[in-house]
Amino acid sequence: MNALLETRDLAKGFGAITAAAEINVVINAAEIVGVIGSNGAGKTTFINMVTGYLPPSSGEILFQGKSIVGKKPRQVMHAGISRSFQVAQLFPELTMLDNVLIAHGMVADGQLSLWRPLKTPQGVDQAKALLADYDISEYIDEKVAVLPQGVRKLLDIALAMLGEPKVLLLDEPTSGVAIEDKFELMDTVMGALRKSGAAVLFVEHDMEVIARYSTRLLAFYDGRVLADGPTHEVMANSKVQELVIGNHLEIKKPKELAHA
Amino acid sequence: MPGTKKLLLIGGMPLLLLGSWFLPGWLGFLLTIALAKGLVVLGLLLLMRAGLVSFGQGLYYCLGAYTVGALGQYLETSNVLLLLPAALTAGLGVATLLGLLICRYRDIFFAMLSMAFSMILYGVLVKTMTFGSSDGFNVAPPSLFGWAPANDNGPLLTLWLALIITFIAALFVWRYLRSPMGYAAEAVRENEIRVEYLGRSVQRIIYTKYLLAAGHIDPEMAYWTTSGEFVFIALVGGTSHVAAPLLGAILFELLRTYAFEISPYTWQMILGISLLGIILFLPQGVWSLVERYQARLKSS
Repeated sequence: MNALLETRDLAKGFGAITAAAEINVVINAAEIVGVIGSNGAGKTTFINMVTGYLPPSSGEILFQGKSIVGKKPRQVMHAGISRSFQVAQLFPELTMLDNVLIAHGMVADGQLSLWRPLKTPQGVDQAKALLADYDISEYIDEKVAVLPQGVRKLLDIALAMLGEPKVLLLDEPTSGVAIEDKFELMDTVMGALRKSGAAVLFVEHDMEVIARYSTRLLAFYDGRVLADGPTHEVMANSKVQELVIGNHLEIKKPKELAHA
Repeated sequence: MPGTKKLLLIGGMPLLLLGSWFLPGWLGFLLTIALAKGLVVLGLLLLMRAGLVSFGQGLYYCLGAYTVGALGQYLETSNVLLLLPAALTAGLGVATLLGLLICRYRDIFFAMLSMAFSMILYGVLVKTMTFGSSDGFNVAPPSLFGWAPANDNGPLLTLWLALIITFIAALFVWRYLRSPMGYAAEAVRENEIRVEYLGRSVQRIIYTKYLLAAGHIDPEMAYWTTSGEFVFIALVGGTSHVAAPLLGAILFELLRTYAFEISPYTWQMILGISLLGIILFLPQGVWSLVERYQARLKSS
């Protein structure tokens, strides 16, 4: 296995509070890793540290063997790690097309041009193709602020994928989306991501979604990695059941196995 | 740009220059000042589209004017081909330094810090006797290698220059607003986090905009006024189109001239009430009337 992303003894403290400690995670190429854990278990802190948004208190983050600690989000992005957000981070007062065109202009190499127009027929075609991949083309001329939550989440992920990352970190892609729409959204996302061949790490609370899409599972508890392994093994782990999943599992178990 | 529009723009310029020959002196003067302010507001527009209001744009207006004045006095030149680049260099030079600091701030802090720098310059100039202290000093009418076209109504070169520079600047800004860097302004205003995660430095984008905004100084008039006026013009005109600040500037100067004529003691009140009216009824500026009209044309 070739490790794409590796963290060694990663830790983060805010004053007396330990948000993360002893985080040793390896993510390999093209892997799809689920992350579970209750609120405050350190999942988003982990993503924030890996993408350079929060500097870790100690530890090492290696991407393709090179340290990326101390780099800013934009540098981490250029290295090949992108993320989506729990609350979609878009340009709300602009149309979906403008969102994609601006983002596309920004991920391109070199200086931002002051003279060449942003809107070219070719660029608009590319934007349409991207939105078609995520099944949201019908909203192309709508202002982003008025779109449904699920559509905004998809656009958020589509923008994150524009930089053609090797690793994509999804922070709760289905949060705020109605239960009946979750699978449809995840099918769309995973379909587009598999095409790109990127390794994916996604934070998720819904065990059905985890069971269906992740091949490996990380369980966070109290800032530490409680368990790491094949999804079904981690889900069956008694400690994970007790501390992370609670008693939700019993209701959902039969269905999950059917999906898996 | 559609073909007919291009033709209109290129053909309109000589017509305007010719037409200015027949303008009465006061209107030519008013137009010159209006265009000069329009240019500054054009710079302000770049910042306002990124959600930043600068109350210090007068700094660059003033700097350009004093550069011209000082050069005129000490080098005894009135050649615009020397004065213009000198004023531009002075403005850009100062912006290069100040921008480094100012572009770290946002919102009210950006506005106040930009104003603070402008007021420092004001303080220095008021105390400097060489530059006429609070009275300022006169600037000789500019010439082009000694050529100073004029007619019975007064010198014309200033107005012509203002027209040509405004034309070029407006054309550049028009292209610029459609470029990736131009759109970056809106992106920064809307969501800085996303911009950062798209691999771009927000500070660098703002810095570029600040430099561009400072480059738009008009070196003609040794006449300076508070930067609040520029914000006023930007509000009157709107920020949605290149022509909006220019229209706003001309409207503002006309408004002020007539307000002063109607009531010499309370003309500020007339300006204030007009601004209030515009904010209440046309929050997107006078230009939104044009946009509404265009939208109606499209839908019918």
